[in-house]
Amino acid sequence: MSKELEPLSDPGLPEHIHRKADIDPIAAKRAERQVAILFSLSAVGTLLFIYSFFFVNEDLFIFIPIMGSTNAQQLGIGIGMAASLLFIGFGAVHWAKTLMPDQEVIAERHELKSEQSDRDAFVQTAKAGAESAGLGRRPLIKRSLAAAAGLAGLPAVLLLRDLGPLPGNSLNETSWKSGTRLVTDPGDRPIRPSDLEVGAVAQVMPELAPGKKRTLEDIAKDAVLLIRLRPSEFQLDAERFSWTYEGIIAFSKICSHMGCAVALYEQSTKHLLCPCHQSTFDVTRAAKVIFGPAARPLPQLAITVDADGFLIAKQPFTEAVGPSFWERKS
Amino acid sequence: MKFISKYRKHRFARPLLLLFSLCALGFTFSVATAAPSSNSMAADARSTLIQEGQQIFLKGCSSCHGLNAEGAGVGPSLIGVGAASVDFQVATGRMPMQDMSQQAMRKAPVYDEQEVAALAAYVASLAPGPRAYTNEEIKWERDGNTAEGGELFRNNCAMCHNFAGQGGALTQGKYAPTVMGVEPRHIYEAMITGPQAMPVFSDKTITPAEKLSIIKWIKSAESEPSLGGAPLGRVGPVTEGLLVWTLGLGLLIGIAVWLTAKSR
Amino acid sequence: MTARERIAGNVANYVDERTGAAAWLKKNLNKVFPDHWSFMLGEIALYSFIILLLSGTFLTFWFDPSMRHVVYEGSYQPLKDVEMSAAYASTLHISFDVRGGLLMRQIHHWAALIFAASIVVHLLRVFFTGAFRKPREFNWILGVALLTLAIVEGFLGYSLPDDLLSGTGIRIAHAIIQSIPVVGTYLSFFAFGGAFPGEVFIPRIYIVHVLLLPGIFLALITVHLMLVWYQKHTQYPGPGRTEKNVVGYPLMPVYMAKAGGFFFIVFGITAFLGAVASINPLWLYGPYTPGQISAGSQPDWYMGWLDGLVRMSPPLETYLFGKTISWNILIPGLIIPGIIFTGMALYPFIESWITGDKREHHLLDRPRNVPNRTALGAMSLTFMVIAMINGGNDIIATHFDLTINQIMWFSRIGIIVLPPLAFVITKRICLSLQRKDRELVLHGRETGRLVMLPHGEFIEVHEELSPAKKFALTQHEQPAAIELVKEDAQGVLNPKGIRAKIQARLSSANAENIAKPTAAEVKELESGHH
Repeated sequence: MSKELEPLSDPGLPEHIHRKADIDPIAAKRAERQVAILFSLSAVGTLLFIYSFFFVNEDLFIFIPIMGSTNAQQLGIGIGMAASLLFIGFGAVHWAKTLMPDQEVIAERHELKSEQSDRDAFVQTAKAGAESAGLGRRPLIKRSLAAAAGLAGLPAVLLLRDLGPLPGNSLNETSWKSGTRLVTDPGDRPIRPSDLEVGAVAQVMPELAPGKKRTLEDIAKDAVLLIRLRPSEFQLDAERFSWTYEGIIAFSKICSHMGCAVALYEQSTKHLLCPCHQSTFDVTRAAKVIFGPAARPLPQLAITVDADGFLIAKQPFTEAVGPSFWERKS
Repeated sequence: MKFISKYRKHRFARPLLLLFSLCALGFTFSVATAAPSSNSMAADARSTLIQEGQQIFLKGCSSCHGLNAEGAGVGPSLIGVGAASVDFQVATGRMPMQDMSQQAMRKAPVYDEQEVAALAAYVASLAPGPRAYTNEEIKWERDGNTAEGGELFRNNCAMCHNFAGQGGALTQGKYAPTVMGVEPRHIYEAMITGPQAMPVFSDKTITPAEKLSIIKWIKSAESEPSLGGAPLGRVGPVTEGLLVWTLGLGLLIGIAVWLTAKSR
Repeated sequence: MTARERIAGNVANYVDERTGAAAWLKKNLNKVFPDHWSFMLGEIALYSFIILLLSGTFLTFWFDPSMRHVVYEGSYQPLKDVEMSAAYASTLHISFDVRGGLLMRQIHHWAALIFAASIVVHLLRVFFTGAFRKPREFNWILGVALLTLAIVEGFLGYSLPDDLLSGTGIRIAHAIIQSIPVVGTYLSFFAFGGAFPGEVFIPRIYIVHVLLLPGIFLALITVHLMLVWYQKHTQYPGPGRTEKNVVGYPLMPVYMAKAGGFFFIVFGITAFLGAVASINPLWLYGPYTPGQISAGSQPDWYMGWLDGLVRMSPPLETYLFGKTISWNILIPGLIIPGIIFTGMALYPFIESWITGDKREHHLLDRPRNVPNRTALGAMSLTFMVIAMINGGNDIIATHFDLTINQIMWFSRIGIIVLPPLAFVITKRICLSLQRKDRELVLHGRETGRLVMLPHGEFIEVHEELSPAKKFALTQHEQPAAIELVKEDAQGVLNPKGIRAKIQARLSSANAENIAKPTAAEVKELESGHH
């Protein structure tokens, strides 16, 4: 402790230096005028706001350096509002700084701890109160109260049950079934292999049953990316290769990491990049993850052509699409 | 020599010397990195456009792309890429590439329109490929639908080029450039040829009419003034956050310092 | 008595007869508040909160928090006839068809960013000056809670319009919820009313954003301010300032004018930003659909560190006994933030355990005089800054000609290596600043004037510091480390065992300081020097 080291003594608060406005009445008048000007500028700001709000054409755009071409009405009401508020503030602060007393004042701090007598009195009161409640002598009341209170909380939790349905098996299912046609998104046109050049991509969806509308929940699971390479460029095992068709390969567009749409295809490197967290997938190796936080490759959709020559899914996805979850079978 | 020693300590000596060194450095740099001059044919090259193109090709392109455009290590084969690719790459200045980095960047074109047409004709003569377009025949204003184009852009283009077409990062230093300020024909040709890392968008998956809509939306976004004030690059929350921490807090803390400072 | 005085008297009498307010007012109108710009950072947050309430209420008069599908029929042509949710369409309506609507939207969003930023700088000030020590530990915990809520509130707020960028953020939040072991899928289906994105999420977060959280904020902020009021504000050390007093200006009129004026200034600056800088131009983002994404998608800045942590995570996922656990989501998304915020909340208790200091403190520390705490703060800041940089790695890459892969690896390695480095460097800087202070007190300020003494020696004239300055530089305490008591006089081993050893070790590291000059040393030099 610094008990052995004697500290320097406290010289006390420094001398108060008077401001110009305190001594010189002309300076005080000048400060008063300055405050008044600031408050008036606020009024000007309000006027600018009112004028811009009612009289400036909302389709008028003007050029301001740095900002570029900007909407005049928006700028007018914005600057007007800003000025009307700012100058009240500047005025009030300038008034306080120049004219209000600036002598530093000292106030005492009292120890936050209560007086010992108060503390004792509190303890007495609390004890007396607790004793008169009689909890200590009546354990049956205590226990039954605890049980009732604990149980009473349950309805609050149970009421939340209908917030949503149970997941069931829905996370494992998509709209892709054996024979579902691949259609363009948007446009819903079926696709022939010859429609895609080597190096082309297409955003596809499963064909809808007539009369049905595609919902966002469907899109969140069904979105597929179609990519065409040369068959020789694939480095796939026999089974995965059989899921491609003449160099065309299909992957779920929903990132296996956190569900963003992975459609950023680099033709030169044959890599897919997810822009959310930069997971990178190698298309030639069935979307194997080569960089970034994704832990699993994108699920591949097995495709072939039907009798009319349009691309169809051979079978549903063999694994759940999208981000992982506890019950997911890897 | 006397001049130098006489004015050695002059107060303008150092700034002038600095200015001179900077100019010399800049001049040397610009000379060293100057693109080859577009010193085109001598007057006797009145042969067909294709032959003209071949001459230009041999002079300016064959060192990377091979004497017969078959590819030569650094540059890929151009057989089958079509006039569209040539028009896109050369008329936007991407080719000839200035430095061997990951990506050819848009810069001032080296060859003029006539030379580009010649090169395109030559490459097109090697093998069939997508044809080049002129701005006039891309009737985006008449036939395009802005709203539909926006939907298509967000579905097919925004993941690389960003929601406002400002461009975005790809892996290993590649990037999708901004699509602002690009001629309609080049946008069209890029979609059908898939330059460098960009994939091809076939006419069957994005129809020509849809491509026109995309161009119309791009042009609309390009000419759209920023409604709310300075656009801050149209890249989203990163620049917005930067502005708060610099201008926003800077102003507020500065005012707080003024507020608590002692007045004279 | 003038007419005005008479009326005022009547009003005061009326109120006092019903509330007994005069007693309380008499004491508190003269309450003293110390004056320093760094004490105004919390005020920026408070005023931003009020601005958020006002501008937010305005927006609720037009916003439709529904995910019902509508076809756009407003005035923004590039979205004509596009299908979107009512929430998005109503936000477009506010932006294009309500006069002042876009301005208020922008003010609201800028105010939210300033709110979070000012909370952070306020937290840093409180941390580095030690204002969280007894009796203010509870207020510190309230502050950490307010920061957490501010981040959540902001996230929910910018997700309400259901645009492509914020919808992507919700997708990410959904993935985090879903990845929670055992209950994840149930929680996500309950939160979203079914599969993602569902039709109920926006209306539900709307109520959280406009009712639940603002209510909790009001309550917590009130307690936070009441504590500051009742415990009295801390003050910087200096001549005339002690642990037992407060030196400053009275509430009325100075503080009312300055603080009230500052409210208008904060509002004005926020309105200025709303006028001149575009924020969240969601008509360019387009409505949210899970099949679309934009390059360069980031959350708002106060969540950038979370995004950065998730980006730099190694691809860890385990599949054991038929169950999947995504460590690559849980660790950066839940576990590390949980550790950070819990650690932050408990810090006052951790520090008082290390120093063994159980006394009240009302004088603030100069950061250099508490090197370990300052170094720890610098270390944490470095961690957050690296995480935040990685959150924007794609934007940084395209603008500074780098690759996202380089920045990712820099962040992965840097976030482990750079914070300890920052700790060591900061601590050494603090100690050398202490050394400089000691030099200043003992030998005075170097004036730069050279004098040649009669016998030929050159000396630099040092100007002695004023007593006030000397006092200010030596007023702080330098407590000794806790001694490790292995066993007491009877030979009984310390029951705290290993905890005592750790405490002693940390305490001695914490007590490493350059000894400040004593009065005796100063006097000795004063007599010897000229």
